[in-house]
Amino acid sequence: MSTAGESMTSAGESIVVAPVELQVVEPDAMHKRRRTREARDRGAISAADRKRPVVIVSMWILQIVMFIGLLVAGLGPIAWSARASVSSSQAILSDPMNIWTTPLQLGNIERAWNGALIGSALGNTVIVALGSTIATLFVSATAAYLLSVLRPKWSPILSGAILATLFLPGVISLVPLYLTILHMPLIGVSLLNTFWGVWLPAGASAFNVIVLKRFFDSIPRELIEAARIDGASAVRVFTTVVIPLSRPILGVVTLLTIIASWKDYLWPMLVLAAPALQPVSVTLANLPNGAMPFSVQMAAVFLTIIIPVVLFVVFQKQFLRGVSSAGGLKG
Amino acid sequence: MSRTIDARLRRPSRRRRSLVGWYRSGGLTAVLFAIPVVLIFLYFSWGPVVRGLLMSVEKTNLVTSTFVGLSNFTYVLTDPGLPQAALNTVYYAALGLVFGFPIPILIAVFVNEMRRSAWAYNLLAYLPAIVPPVAGILLWKFFYDPSSVGIFNTMLGWVGLGPYPWLNSEAMAMPSLVIYTTWAGAGATAIIYLAAIGGISPELYEAAEIDGAGIWSRLWHVTIPQLRNVIFIMMLLQLIGTFQLFTEPFLFTGGGPNNATQTIMLKIYNYAFVNGDYGAATALSVLLAVFLCLLSIAYHFVTKRWSPS
Repeated sequence: MSTAGESMTSAGESIVVAPVELQVVEPDAMHKRRRTREARDRGAISAADRKRPVVIVSMWILQIVMFIGLLVAGLGPIAWSARASVSSSQAILSDPMNIWTTPLQLGNIERAWNGALIGSALGNTVIVALGSTIATLFVSATAAYLLSVLRPKWSPILSGAILATLFLPGVISLVPLYLTILHMPLIGVSLLNTFWGVWLPAGASAFNVIVLKRFFDSIPRELIEAARIDGASAVRVFTTVVIPLSRPILGVVTLLTIIASWKDYLWPMLVLAAPALQPVSVTLANLPNGAMPFSVQMAAVFLTIIIPVVLFVVFQKQFLRGVSSAGGLKG
Repeated sequence: MSRTIDARLRRPSRRRRSLVGWYRSGGLTAVLFAIPVVLIFLYFSWGPVVRGLLMSVEKTNLVTSTFVGLSNFTYVLTDPGLPQAALNTVYYAALGLVFGFPIPILIAVFVNEMRRSAWAYNLLAYLPAIVPPVAGILLWKFFYDPSSVGIFNTMLGWVGLGPYPWLNSEAMAMPSLVIYTTWAGAGATAIIYLAAIGGISPELYEAAEIDGAGIWSRLWHVTIPQLRNVIFIMMLLQLIGTFQLFTEPFLFTGGGPNNATQTIMLKIYNYAFVNGDYGAATALSVLLAVFLCLLSIAYHFVTKRWSPS
């Protein structure tokens, strides 16, 4: 659920608009793409070009400029926040560029983790991300199976109704969605200050339903038919044939949902008002209003940054492949 | 092929329309599989959209609602703060398009030409996208410190520029937000372009080279046209995202200084959650949504004309 599209990517997850045509992704499309990428030996610059001195020199210059630029932009802020997390407030505030040589103040991290509740907020973020992922996977996989394999007579109506929500920007439902959470129609309970209020709306993702349906459509019907002839029920075909064959795309949907829920701010801020339930994005944003010294705030920022960064560096290959194939789905 | 599999299980023949027949043909299973998606969409997608449309013509205090016609819309449209917020939003979108949009394409084109250490560039470019937005914003808010010891002012001071007031000045606040969002979003977008560039057939470059095209004209006449569809879609997604900008102005400036970073989304938030005027908030949401829909439709037709076939 990313109601306010914060950045270019997260806008795409909730809102994909008219001209976007989803490609049919075959089960092994990702491997194919990799193979072709490895097999090709040239881009715009040919092997002959690479021997020309002008090209060699300018490539070197370009490489150095890009490397320094990306190093400063990509690693710089993270490195600075790492050093700031173990510096004193006084050192950070008086001369932030020269904190590298100031004495260490290691207690910040511990105070941020326990005193500023970053530890438990990170736990809440994990709970939010896991629950949102489970809700998304369950709802979109069952819906996609219904629309792709079971196909009852009324499935065109349902798929039309789901598709229609793709064309509506998320902003239109922000306020009424909040009021729905406040007082669920018919059942009358309030999901305010419960994790359900974040988990369940995350499941209403038309984008994921469509992506999974496209993938299920590409599963050879012979496999499903064979299982049916062997006497498998529709539920069994779903759990033992369709789901195992769809692992790559389920992985991509999981990755996108986790990223979106990790980044989301507005919705958890509205729904999880109780400090004990807030995910780290909300806790962190409230820190400057509290009594914590600046160095502890910086330690909290660093803790929030370093966990996803370490996970990303460890799993970068799978991660980048997943994200770029998601881009292929959008494009 | 797909029709033969489960004609037995899903399509009840006209003759056996009894309940047993319906059950045998998998009708019940289909209904069971539909329950989660229908419930979730009713509560959290279709329901709120319909409710939003209704609320925009009602005055509500959460207990009773009364129909008030278009008065919410007139209230919102005559709000003296609206033109400024709308202009700010358009200004932000335009700045993002002019300065933020080309950067990921440049990064992707460059990384694609790297033969050895492409992964390192990829990794570095993607790192900002991994930083959670709230953490990034808190960090950058401090980097934008207007005093001469602020991080950015110190760095610019090395080349004799500044100090700049950044978020504290009306003129620079919005560009500062654009710089931040470009930093935060470029890597993630570059990855998508990189995948698209990887799909360009090398034969096109070879043919261009044989025809005597230099490196620049190969990039300009082969790479960019081949990326056209991805560029169109990313541009639209970016536009739609920027028109719904909330977190950055909310946390960086709260709309200030002097409303210089007030956006439509921020206004909706303030109507609903500060003033408690849900009617005005939904009316403005409906207006923004209608605008975005019209924008995407117009965009669709314009870009369609530019695309071959």
